[in-house]
Amino acid sequence: MNCSATDCLLQMYDEQHDLEDYQSGVPRWCTGCGDNAILAAVQRLCRDEGLRPEKTVFVSGIGCSSRFPHYMKTYGFHGIHGRALPVAEGVKMARPDLTVFVNTGDGDCCSIGAAHWIHAIRYNMNLTVFLHDNQIYGLTKKQASPTSPIGTKSNTTPRGSYLDALNPLSVTLGVANASFVAQAVDWIPESLFEIVKAAYHHKGFSFVRILQRCPEWLPKSLDPWMQDPNSVQLLHHENALQISAGLSRVYKNQLRHDPLDMNRAREIASSHDVIPVGILYQNRDIPRYEETRQTGVLRTTATVRKGFEAELDKYSV
Amino acid sequence: MTSKKPLKKAGKNGGSDGGGSAGKISVTTLSEHIVEIISDSGEGAQRCGQSFGSIAARMGNGIWTTEIIPAEIRPPARSVAGASGNRIRIGSGYITNGGDQTDLVVAFNEQVLLGRVRDRELKPGCIILLESMWRKHPDLNISLAYAETHDRLVAAGYTVREIPMEQECQLLNADPKRGKNMFALGILCFIYSFDLQMARDQIALTFGKKEQSIIDANVKLLEAGKQWAQANLDFSFSIPATPAAQPQIVTNGNTALALGVMASGMELCAMYPITPATSASHYLSEVFEKVGGIVHQAEDEIAACAFAIGASYASKCTITITSGPGYSLKQEAIGLAVMAEIPLVVVNVQRGGPSTGQPTKVEQGDLMTAIFGSHGDAPKVVMAPATIEDCFYSVITARKIAEAFNMVVVILTDASLSSSQQPFTRPQFNEAWLAPPYDQSPVPEGARPYDWDATTGLARRFIPGQPGGMHTVTGLAHDRDSHVAYDPDINQESLRARSLKLAALQKTLTAPEIFGDAKGDLLVLGWGSTKGAIEEAVASLRAEGKKVSSIHLRFLQPMQPGIKEIMKRFKKVMTIETNWSDSPDEEIIDENNRRYSSMAILLRSRYLVDVDCWSEVRGQPVKPSTIRRVVLAKLNK
Repeated sequence: MNCSATDCLLQMYDEQHDLEDYQSGVPRWCTGCGDNAILAAVQRLCRDEGLRPEKTVFVSGIGCSSRFPHYMKTYGFHGIHGRALPVAEGVKMARPDLTVFVNTGDGDCCSIGAAHWIHAIRYNMNLTVFLHDNQIYGLTKKQASPTSPIGTKSNTTPRGSYLDALNPLSVTLGVANASFVAQAVDWIPESLFEIVKAAYHHKGFSFVRILQRCPEWLPKSLDPWMQDPNSVQLLHHENALQISAGLSRVYKNQLRHDPLDMNRAREIASSHDVIPVGILYQNRDIPRYEETRQTGVLRTTATVRKGFEAELDKYSV
Repeated sequence: MTSKKPLKKAGKNGGSDGGGSAGKISVTTLSEHIVEIISDSGEGAQRCGQSFGSIAARMGNGIWTTEIIPAEIRPPARSVAGASGNRIRIGSGYITNGGDQTDLVVAFNEQVLLGRVRDRELKPGCIILLESMWRKHPDLNISLAYAETHDRLVAAGYTVREIPMEQECQLLNADPKRGKNMFALGILCFIYSFDLQMARDQIALTFGKKEQSIIDANVKLLEAGKQWAQANLDFSFSIPATPAAQPQIVTNGNTALALGVMASGMELCAMYPITPATSASHYLSEVFEKVGGIVHQAEDEIAACAFAIGASYASKCTITITSGPGYSLKQEAIGLAVMAEIPLVVVNVQRGGPSTGQPTKVEQGDLMTAIFGSHGDAPKVVMAPATIEDCFYSVITARKIAEAFNMVVVILTDASLSSSQQPFTRPQFNEAWLAPPYDQSPVPEGARPYDWDATTGLARRFIPGQPGGMHTVTGLAHDRDSHVAYDPDINQESLRARSLKLAALQKTLTAPEIFGDAKGDLLVLGWGSTKGAIEEAVASLRAEGKKVSSIHLRFLQPMQPGIKEIMKRFKKVMTIETNWSDSPDEEIIDENNRRYSSMAILLRSRYLVDVDCWSEVRGQPVKPSTIRRVVLAKLNK
């Protein structure tokens, strides 16, 4: 559609930034909240990749995790509940030169914004999307979310939630044009960072579900998984992520998985006994909507005048 | 068959293509006529009517076309509710509205006429050109229904002429289901003494994308229709044209709107399909990419609005086009744009409501929701184009206001403007219409994203890409740095700033023009698509010496200056609107419970003037004759 003049300039110097260049304010999340771990990983990513703060936008909806953009010293858009994805799509469509991240919670993405989630997968725009999934509504003080395990006691389900949890990985893998689906957990910072980095480098709709703790409302729900390293299954492949020696010492449950194998990815996504961590699916060949929709027309006053006059000719009497 | 109405002889031969019985035909000169072509849905009456209107406009006549649209895609054949077609008011001078009752109608079956008769759309004695094939239809139910309806129409005083359209079309080996409309167009070209070459040109333009053989077949049908009429009809009309001095274009309101989007320099339209707004996006989808623009069909109305807001936030102002129910769905997102001060243009092509209501019918029921919609105090600009031409220029103005004030601008058109066609002066492209490139310059040190001006509330917004401008916009209450703030003083200050922007815009507006004298007995106020009908009624009453004038408001929020002063110079003031108001004549209605029309409420509350109102919600454009009657009653009260 358009490009700014700055895109045409050669970058004459290396972008070098410190972590502080991306840090803004003191996060007002609870101690032990998984959002802090995600923020640390993302700030590190920005520094390591030398992202220009003025060319980077974090878009969020509403919820604890959607405060994320306020803690980044980049551009940010803290919008309305459930609508982070369409806002981010608009930003990307108008400005393909910007790096756009989306922070959305399990209520934001999987409940009120579910329609947008489904279609965002289809559009496959080049966005890096973090689903901060703590399986509970936090900001509104403990209501069951679509990803709450059945039986979760909350203020709206005091006798336990009634429905089986929705699986965000299976849903995403079921939608046409899914191009990058990964899962991370907040308590393994090294793999969280590697997954976030891979998601950033994927050109397309990179969907990362991050299982995170909510120390305030569901303090013990993830304990069984945290305390038993074998309940976490690390995915690795020569075409995807490799597991470091350090991680291997703790996490021995590992699975070699080719991210191009969609059927296997769906099986892994629906495992009940282990939490798969890593890249479940990646397909680099799926077209990106913002590129498909490029008009190839350089927008100048002359172009508009010509097109406009040609249309008026059609209606002239 | 009844005898035709006495016609004034003009002693002039009709038509330019010779042959037939031209010598015997009386040509009556008229100043205007209203013509309808109606059929079952899908038989092409709409295309016939549109072509007829376009040819008339090419001849230099004033026209106003109104679509007759059934709500369903395929209503049952030969049904009262299924009438589909077009109504063309054609005149010697400039035509500003659809007018009153129909003078001549072409009907492809008798059933589609019944609804028009029931709705009193046909003038007493109206000429009806009726497809006669049904008289000999093998299904007795059909042939009897036809004969009975025919006889009733004749008995009611209509001038019915039976025409074997299908039979004549079959002589040309044409598929009569497809070509009858062009045959009918040929008949009309004869009756109204049109230049046949202009009709041929119009067909070539209409079918421009099809193969030549299709164009040729349609031209053959057109010529056959004209020849048949010449040989068989004993009347024709001439409506002398007074061509405009400036080159003209003819479009409907939605096309004008889309042309306005192109010309405004906007680059993105996000939408979701909804009647009667969608045709604007259809047309834009066809042409916008040629100038580098994009139409994004979102997954729903909310997404369309949020997408547009995201794009506006990151670059130039964008537009989203919808109708009533879709507008309701967008409300929360519109509130976000207001709060975060992101420019946005929202078009609401109003239809009948509430709920799904009457999707294809006109109503002005969304004024209050446009002004007061969303939650909390969400000040936004509301404009209402009054003509087809206005639909074009309003978008350009709206885009400029949206970007100058970082505000949401709502454009309220309606189902009547959206599909009616009218000629207007071809716009002269102006570079100043276009949006400037979005700002990518570094932000000066110390500048703040919401540095509200103490007097006007205005602040310069920072756009992603601008070094030093990094901040997070938020729908939460925020301070000048866009930091979330619940401080009482800051909230007071920020609401003040967003409200003052409306006042700042208001200071730039000029007083509305008065149609008629500056003082008198009655002032009529209107907004939107009723302008032409109101002014026509006022003009005719003024010609009779009545002291009535009117003003038409193009800005509903903020309102133009001088309105109170104008109202004060009249003994009585009333609005004419097509939204709901309680009639004071109802048994249980009095001043304590009467619900006024939207603009009347606004005027009463703002100006403390006793503004009366009259409205109807018949789903039809209000007729000049109806307004005449209402205004006369008010004058005599």
